[in-house]
Order: sequence, then C-alpha cells, then structure tokens
Amino acid sequence: MNARVPGSAADYLGAFRRISGILPGQHLDWLRQARAEAIGRFSQQGFPTLHDEDWKYTSVASIEKGRFNILPTASDNLLAPQVALHALPDSHLLVFVNGRLDPGLSRPGRLPPGTVLSSLAYQLEQDQDWPEDTLVTYPPASPFADLNLAFMADGAYVRLPPEAALAAPIQLLFITSEANLAVQPRNLLVAGAGSSASIVEQHVALGESSYFTNTVTDILVGSGATLEHHKVQQESPAAFHIATVNVSQAAKSRFTSTSFALGARLARTGIAVKFQAEDAHCTLDGLYLSDGRQHVDHHTWIDHQKPRCTSRELYKGILNGASRAVFNGRVVVHPDAQGSDAQQTNHNLLLSENAEIDTKPQLEIWADDVKCSHGATVGQLDEDQVYYLRARGIGEASARVILTRAFAKEIIDRVGPLSLQERLDQLLQHKLPRQ
Amino acid sequence: MLKEATKLDELVSREYQHGFHTDLETDTLSQGLNEAVIRLISAKKEEPEFMLDWRLQAYRHWLTMREPGWSTIHHPPIDYQAISYYSAPKSRQDGPQSLAEVDPELLRTYEKLGVPLQEREILAGVAVDAVFDSVSVATTFKAKLGELGIIFCSFSEAVREHPELVRQYLGSVVPYTDNYFASLNSAVFSDGSFCYIPPGVHCPMELSTYFRINAINTGQFERTLIIADRDSYVSYLEGCTAPMRDENQLHAAVVELIALENAQIRYATVQNWYPGDKEGRGGIYNFVTKRGECRGDNSRISWTQVETGSAITWKYPSVILRGDNAQGEFHSVALTNNYQQADTGTKMIHLGRNTRSNIVSKGISAGHGHNAYRGLVKMAKSAVGARNYSQCDSLLLGDKCAAHTFPYIEVKHPSARVEHEATTSRIGEDQLFYCQSRGLSAEDAVSMIVNGFCKEVFQELPMEFAVEAQKLLGVSLEGSIG
Repeated sequence: MNARVPGSAADYLGAFRRISGILPGQHLDWLRQARAEAIGRFSQQGFPTLHDEDWKYTSVASIEKGRFNILPTASDNLLAPQVALHALPDSHLLVFVNGRLDPGLSRPGRLPPGTVLSSLAYQLEQDQDWPEDTLVTYPPASPFADLNLAFMADGAYVRLPPEAALAAPIQLLFITSEANLAVQPRNLLVAGAGSSASIVEQHVALGESSYFTNTVTDILVGSGATLEHHKVQQESPAAFHIATVNVSQAAKSRFTSTSFALGARLARTGIAVKFQAEDAHCTLDGLYLSDGRQHVDHHTWIDHQKPRCTSRELYKGILNGASRAVFNGRVVVHPDAQGSDAQQTNHNLLLSENAEIDTKPQLEIWADDVKCSHGATVGQLDEDQVYYLRARGIGEASARVILTRAFAKEIIDRVGPLSLQERLDQLLQHKLPRQ
Repeated sequence: MLKEATKLDELVSREYQHGFHTDLETDTLSQGLNEAVIRLISAKKEEPEFMLDWRLQAYRHWLTMREPGWSTIHHPPIDYQAISYYSAPKSRQDGPQSLAEVDPELLRTYEKLGVPLQEREILAGVAVDAVFDSVSVATTFKAKLGELGIIFCSFSEAVREHPELVRQYLGSVVPYTDNYFASLNSAVFSDGSFCYIPPGVHCPMELSTYFRINAINTGQFERTLIIADRDSYVSYLEGCTAPMRDENQLHAAVVELIALENAQIRYATVQNWYPGDKEGRGGIYNFVTKRGECRGDNSRISWTQVETGSAITWKYPSVILRGDNAQGEFHSVALTNNYQQADTGTKMIHLGRNTRSNIVSKGISAGHGHNAYRGLVKMAKSAVGARNYSQCDSLLLGDKCAAHTFPYIEVKHPSARVEHEATTSRIGEDQLFYCQSRGLSAEDAVSMIVNGFCKEVFQELPMEFAVEAQKLLGVSLEGSIG
C-alpha cells in the first residue's frame, strides 16, 4: 500500500509512527483514529502538484524537498523585549514559541467570566470527553490540513460564553526561532451565541531562518455572534507558510476576516466560510505585499448554503521585484439558498517588470433569486493621479508612494482594533518601496 | 389568465421546429476508427500524401490522449468506435456542376431549412457553401469572388487545388496535438470551408456556410481555415440547424483563423442544433475548437456567437494577439434551457505590444440548464501596454438552473491593464409586472428583457443574423417561465 509513497511524504509517515504516542489527546479514541486516517490519506496523496487545479499557480515542491524537523529541540530562551516588539499594547496575549504555548511570556489579562483563553494541548489533556465535531468538523480539503491534523501538538483554544463581549483584542502570537522546524499549530475559536470579540493571529520569526509553518484555524461563530479574525503573516523571508482557516457561521452571525500577507518566501492562505444557517454575513478582506522572489497565494471560498446570507470580499495586492501573487476567490450559492447576496473584488498593483499576478474570481450559482457580482483589475498607478499630485508640487517618487500607500490603506482602515491598525500602518510604511 | 396558461402550455410542449429527417442514399463507412479508416477517408477524398501523413500523425497522437474531464459538463461516455467517420451524399460521385444537377431531395432539405440557394444568391447577396453531412454540395458566387482573387471553397477542394496554402497554414493555429477533440478532428475531418483573401482585398459580401448533420450516427468533423492576407477584410457567417434525433451526436469541429498585417476577420456563429427533448434525451454534443491568430501587426479578429442549441456546448473561441497593436474581440450569448449544458468562453493571449481585447459574454440559464463562462486573459511578458476589458453577465430564469463564472487572469507585465466584471441576477418580479401592466404577455416581456440583456452582442451581428438571433432566443426560451 505504501509502495508509491513519495520520498518526503514517506518521511512524514515515518515521523508519525515514531512520535504519534507523545502527541496530545491520546486518551481520545476518535482523535487517535482521525490522526491515523489523516496521515494515511496524506502519505497516499503526497503533496499537491501544479496539476491539481487548486494548486495550479503555486508549486510546493520546495516544501516537499525541505527536510523539516517535526519536534522542536530544546526550547529557546526568548526575551520579553522580543515579544514586546510584536505585542499589541492592550491585548489579551497568548505567545506560542515554536508551536508551543509559553505561559511565561503570555499575558491573558482579565477576561469576562466563563471565557476560556488557553492552550489546545492543555485542554485536550484536561477534558476527558472532548466532543469530536469541534476538531474534525469537515473532511480536510487539502493535504496540508491532513498533515496538520496528524501532527498538531498545540495551538490556541478560545471559547467565548454566550453574550460575552470583549473590549480588547485577543492576540495569538506565534514566534518561530528554530531553523528547519515544521510548526503545525492548531487553533480552535468558538464564539457563543451573541458574543463578540476580535482575535488577532500573528505569525512572526526571530531571525531569517528557513522553517515551515502549517497552521489550521477552526472558527465557529454562534448565532447572533460577531467575530473578527485578523491574520497577520510576517514570517521570515526564507520561511514557508501554509494556512487553512475554516469558518462555520450560525444564524444571524457576523464574521469579519482580514488577511495580511507580508512575509515568507512562499505563503498560501486558504479561507473557507460556510453559512450553516440563514441571515448570516461575512466580510473577507485581504492585503498582500510582495517583493523579491516572494510567492503569495490566497484562496477563499464562501459557501452560501442557506438563504438570505450576504458576503463581501475585497482583496488588494501590491507586487514588486520578481514576486508572484495568486488570488482565487470562489463563491458558491447552493440550490435553495435564495436571497443570497455576494460581492467580490480583487485589485492588483504591479510595480515592477518582473512581477506576476494570477487572479481568478469564480462564481458558481445554483439558485435564481441571487445578487452576485465580482470584479478584478490588474494595472499600474493611475498616471492622471500622479500628474495631479505633481502639479501640486509633490515630487514624482513621493506622489507614487502616497498613491501606493492610499491603495493599501483602504484595507488597513477596515480593521477593527485601533492598536492593530496603527501597527499595520507602521508595517506598511516599512514595507512599501520608498523609491 | 386561464387562456394565457393554455397558450404557455402549448408553447412549452412545442417540438423542435427544424426536426425532420431526409432519407438519402449516403455513402457511409461502417462504424469504427483505425488507421485503415483514415487511409480510406484520405483516399476517397483523393488527398495528397502530406495530408494523409498529417492525419495519421494526429491519429497516433490522439491514441495517447485521454478525454478531458475538467469541465462542469456531464454526459454518458462516448464510444468512439460506434461512430461512422465518413458520410457523403451519393450524388457526389456524379460531380454536380451546377444546382440543377444536385439531388432534388437534398435541395428540398435546404428549402425546409430556409436555405434556398438560388434565392439567397439574389436576395441576400450571400455566398453559401452548404455542407450537407460531409461533402460540400454547392458553392455559389464563386466566379464573382474569383475575380477578386478570393478563394472560397470546400476544404477538400482546397486540398486538391491549393495544396501549398493548406500545407502552409493548416494546423498552424490549432496543431493536431492541441486537445483531445482537435486531434480527433485532425485525424478524421471530413470537409469544411476554406477561405483565402489576397492582400489588399476587401471581401464585398458576407461569406456564409450552413452546416447540417443528417445521416444517423455520423459525427461531423468539419475543418474551417480562413486566411486574411495583408490589408484584407472578411466577414464570415456560420449558422446551423439539425434534424430531430434520439441519439446523441458528436460534433467536433476545428476552426482556424489567420489574420496577417492590417487584416481583419469577423467570424459570426448562430448555433441552433438539436438540444435534446424536455427530459434531456438526445441532442448534439458540440465540442469545438475555434482559434484565431492575429499574426501581423494591427490585425483584428472578432468572434461573435449566439449559442442556443446543442445538448452540450463546449467551446472557447480564442485569439492569439501576436502582432503589435492587434485587437481581439469576443461577443457571446449562450442560452441553456431544459437540460442543456454550455461551457463556453474565450481565451485572449496577449503577446504583442499595445494589444487590445474586449470580452462581452451573456449567459442565460432556464429550466435545468447549466451555463458556465470559462475564460483566460493572459498578458505575456512581451505584452507592453496591453489592455483587456471583460464583462460576463448571467441571467437566471427558474430555480433549477445554474450559472458559473471561471475567469482566469494571468498578468506578467506591469503596464498591462486587465479589468474583469461579472454579475449574476434574475429577471425581477417588478420588471415583469411593469411590462405586463402595459399589456405585454409574460412571454413577450421575458423575451423583451432577455433581448435587451443581449443587445450588446446582437449589435455585433450582421443584420440578417441579428434578426434571426432575436427570434431564436424567443423560441428557445419558450416554456421557461411561470
């Protein structure tokens, strides 16, 4: 059966056999079984190739070739100042170092009663009968989700009780300091009925080493709840980052996602939103800035399964150097999901001769009483606008910086927590070409 | 109201108007495909050596390929050995020199179809190269075109009379390795049209061909090749109807267009093949490869299509914009009713500097129809200052139909500009109410709104086609509301 296992997939299978005994949640039969099935599927399928429609523009051959360690070696001694550099001033902070929660560096703060902000590994060990459907809610859509399910060792567990309202954002800070490590965090965010919160998931590196982050975040938004999920990806320039975000929304819930892709040599973020009940709304926003030889890929999938749900999506990209960006936005309206309303937009700014963008907005409509539209543009800065600014005494280089920044700012301004807005604005200024 | 309902029922249950079958003695090969069959086709057509070699190469390549499975269409597997690959009306052997010599049975068929050749010559000023099954039976206006040096004839004739042109251009836009159905076509193509416009000539009339599928179990594999030499212009019309039949028929045509410097080709299609009955039985499988190449600078190619027929339509008329300042256009209306499926769109491959392309696609789904737009806009590294605008709108009539949009956009140069817009909506109750309160029947109201939705595309059609297309939409939509 394993005869056709590709080299690297076989390595992962071997690693799984060696270490599966020490992964958390061994007392849960269903979890042991789910892990075994996941690695089985993965070792059979192997890594996706350019022949898979979903990976047509993104080659993961370099991840396959990389020999990553599954377990971290001795833990690094991180200094608090390094954390402070990234911590938002007012947040409920959990810090994960090389994939494991570091309680010493975390700062959960005061939370409303009943709110759980904890480590997934800890919760799995504590809870004798963890309900299966909160972790294995879907057949994993990609080989990377399977890989994560097999190896996940830790991550954030957030549970908001009904009607809880958090004023300050929850910040999940993932710091990778070890080279050649495969970090596979698993986050579970559950918002009870009527609750509201903002959650920031941030991936940063110490140094410029190569490693592989393969993260999965499952989000359940209860009825009438309002949840924001802001993903800030600032991995090291040599790192690989694959992220899967699965969202399931109950009736009348509101979910907002923003994805900021700034770092990594190869980054792919897949966000799937399923409307499980009527009258829900989601907003998916994203901003990708790429330079050098970076490759940034976003795949979003909004599944209108029930009537009267609305979705809005705005992704923007600024490409420089010889970088390449991929955007694939898929909206599916199921039969009987009448009254669905979906809008999707993708704008791209190409700043250099060697950058490349591949965009594919995609609509699949199986109902008739719907309003769906999408639009995509690729181009340069508007020369009329540059001229306008120059006519007012602004040098050409500055005019271009102002316009490029304004292009990106639209996404940043849509982020809820002000402290995060400010932080992103600084990052933007740092990242944009000054010319 | 009751009366209205009865009228609707009548309309709904109306059968395909052009459904009839003419019994003709045909010279049909027994079913199946192998090298001997290809040699036989080539021999029957008295083809030169290079043609046979090309067919055999295509066939050998086809054997290594697998039927593509990536589209959203569904159909039972096709048995390629159960198809007869050659069928020619018997009368061909007698070699009719004029219409008077043509089998009168054949002429009656054309009359039912509304293609009275002689009348058309005079009234419409259109030269008709009528394809009945696989062999061109009559070509009109040949002499007049000949004066200008325009070659407009059947493909077989072109192979015999102008082998050097065929050899130079055949397969240069759609190579025999291109895709499964194009390879099959290259191996077994029976006939089609050939057109060459010499340098500096503005073709004075709309060129037109009627394709028609007639003999039972004979898939049609036409091959069309149009070459517009420097500074020339040609407008080509293709229109189709087919008799009613229960079995599915495979139709895998290939159309190649080549526009040299400053040349312009306009290619318009109205396709109304048998779409199958209300339960989705029967109907034509229309798997077509159409591609044009703007080879010279400042050349232009435009595709306009109105697709209302066929059980399955699977075609992507494309333009390769190789010359600088070349322009490509695609205007499409695709309508699916009952159980029809359409997977159609275009590819605009920008290679030259300052190339322009424009895409307008209108999809209408009714009943259980499935309609997908699938398109690619590619800006190569060399496409400096290239520009594309695409608009894809879908209209849904009824809650069992589906409309999909799959636009691929690949941009490799910063000075290229690409814009894509798509919307999906249905005819609003308020729009219908508005029309009905002003005395229009529900049918007429829908027809009017749909025609308004498609106006941008119809404007691109030559006059007589535009009128035909509007009527066609009305007929095709019958029974889709209420």
